[in-house]
Amino acid sequence: MTTVTARLNGHGAPTATSAIKTEGLRKTYKSSRGDVEAVRGVDLDVPQGEFFGLLGPNGAGKSTTIGMLTTLVAPTGGKAWVAGHDVTKETVAVKRRIGVVTQNNTLDMQLTVAENLMFRSRFFGLSTSVAAKRAAALIDAFGLSDRKNAMADQLSGGQARRLMIARALVHQPDVLFLDEPTAGLDPQTRVNLWDILQVLHDQGQTVLLTTHYMEEAEALCDRIAVVDHGKILAEGSLDKLLADSGAQTVVTVRYEEPVPEGLAERAGLAERPGVSKIEAEGDQLRVFSTDAEGLLGDVVTLGTDNGLHVRDASVAKPSLETAFLALTGREYRE
Amino acid sequence: MATTTQPANIGASAGDPEVTASIAALITDAPVPHPTLWKTFSAMMAREFRVLGRNAPSTFIRAVLQPLLFAFVFAYVLPKIGSGFSAGGGAAAGGVNFATILVPGLMGSMFLMQGMFGTTMPLIMEFSWQRTIEDRALAPVPIQVLGIQKITAGAIQAFIGAAIVFPVVYWVHAPGQGPHIHVTNWFLLAVVMIFASTMTASLGLWLGTVVDPRKVQMLFAVILLPITMLGCVYYPWSALHVIRWLQIVTLINPMVYMTEGLRAALTPSLGHMPLWAILLALVGGTVVFGALAVRTFHNRVVN
Repeated sequence: MTTVTARLNGHGAPTATSAIKTEGLRKTYKSSRGDVEAVRGVDLDVPQGEFFGLLGPNGAGKSTTIGMLTTLVAPTGGKAWVAGHDVTKETVAVKRRIGVVTQNNTLDMQLTVAENLMFRSRFFGLSTSVAAKRAAALIDAFGLSDRKNAMADQLSGGQARRLMIARALVHQPDVLFLDEPTAGLDPQTRVNLWDILQVLHDQGQTVLLTTHYMEEAEALCDRIAVVDHGKILAEGSLDKLLADSGAQTVVTVRYEEPVPEGLAERAGLAERPGVSKIEAEGDQLRVFSTDAEGLLGDVVTLGTDNGLHVRDASVAKPSLETAFLALTGREYRE
Repeated sequence: MATTTQPANIGASAGDPEVTASIAALITDAPVPHPTLWKTFSAMMAREFRVLGRNAPSTFIRAVLQPLLFAFVFAYVLPKIGSGFSAGGGAAAGGVNFATILVPGLMGSMFLMQGMFGTTMPLIMEFSWQRTIEDRALAPVPIQVLGIQKITAGAIQAFIGAAIVFPVVYWVHAPGQGPHIHVTNWFLLAVVMIFASTMTASLGLWLGTVVDPRKVQMLFAVILLPITMLGCVYYPWSALHVIRWLQIVTLINPMVYMTEGLRAALTPSLGHMPLWAILLALVGGTVVFGALAVRTFHNRVVN
């Protein structure tokens, strides 16, 4: 990774470690049928090396936000910096440092797979020979070798998406933007793309991903912002989002013997932070908590300290889906 | 990470350590890019030529067929039929054969056809539902440079398209009906051709950014046809003095200045509009339409 040379220019300026920073970012589309507020004041701060997810239903403002961060949509309010550069005043500097995979297939249909990569490399100033080498490496890594001379419009959906990601990486971008990269792909291709993205992230690649697939955000993102109606509803790590949403983890431990009356109460389990309910039923003890850290161990230890033998234990974490629906509601989207 | 069962035809499986290493190497062993305006611009031009080369057969047919048919009908078929037509065509020019009048007109209409086909049509495709324009728009140059690049590419196509007219009309004509053309001022010819091609490409870019892709057929009916038919292709502007109002109205047609400019350079003896007016319109038109097109292009890309 190249280091980001962020400039410290007073209030609101990005810090040296911010890959993406926004302050009150807004976009209102004016039209004769009335204004559409696509993004209504978004504050983001994504440090370098983070895999950040914007999770939201269709029409939540995710793509518009990416559009503004990638200089192709002009904000109508607020500020944003990518890799330390202002997205409205330093568009060329921003474009040099970003790789973008849009939702729509923007491959150059007039060119072959290899040419798509070679010309993109040359757009970014690589010499013809270096560009050819870079294209070959990308084709190899993304498993497109047998399609390298195919025209871009002959690719399958999964191949096209891989080529778009490869193309976004030609110039070693500081930040990789992925707008719903797995939408419309079959499950194999999707999981395969996740693996690729995970490897990139492991190498320190900063990624901003939008998705409306819960499991995608859960599988990949260090931090997630849930967006809807152009606003961030909640933001943080998966665990924090789950805790904030009030969704509860259920720890269930079954013992060989019946659970003695009042055991959990005597041990003070109910006073643990986050615990809302304890159920003792026959040979099993079930604890509901919003803070599951160390809870399973404690419930197991509680039993063994009182002469019980553990037969079976499980932790049912709340899903992001629960948290997501709690935040965004259930009405249908466009 | 989840393990995947990967059908062979889907391609890379990142679960494979070798593939993982090669993907990781993309980040660790990446070449450091040093883009400059010029490198990016020339790479974009190289891309245009690659595409033109790939489409060479269809590009060539498009570029040759129109002048070929025009020359065949006007310089071969009609003179052979003889009778009234040569009188009609020659009336304005006083005994000069029609091929001579037609060469500048035909070139003018080729500028327009090629400039518009070369710029407007690809642009409308790029702005249509997949917005493939975003690919080039993310290149590390201002959007305006991308607009100028598109004008440059379109102008080169228009220039070549118009130049093809020369060999065609020289070879295709009835005996004795060849055009009488003596280029006395090569510099003037070059200036006229360069500005005419740049102006049509600018016009093409502007139309491509303001016309609704769904109404593209309208371009031919409402723009291309009237501009060509009333662009002094088939008669010199001076001959229009008999229909004074039309002579004045056609002054708003940019094509008139292209064909008249070519007449000034190719057949000066036949008479043409004053040179200052031609050059003012061509240079001014290029600047005005160019600036307008780059502006509308930017606003269409960045919304």
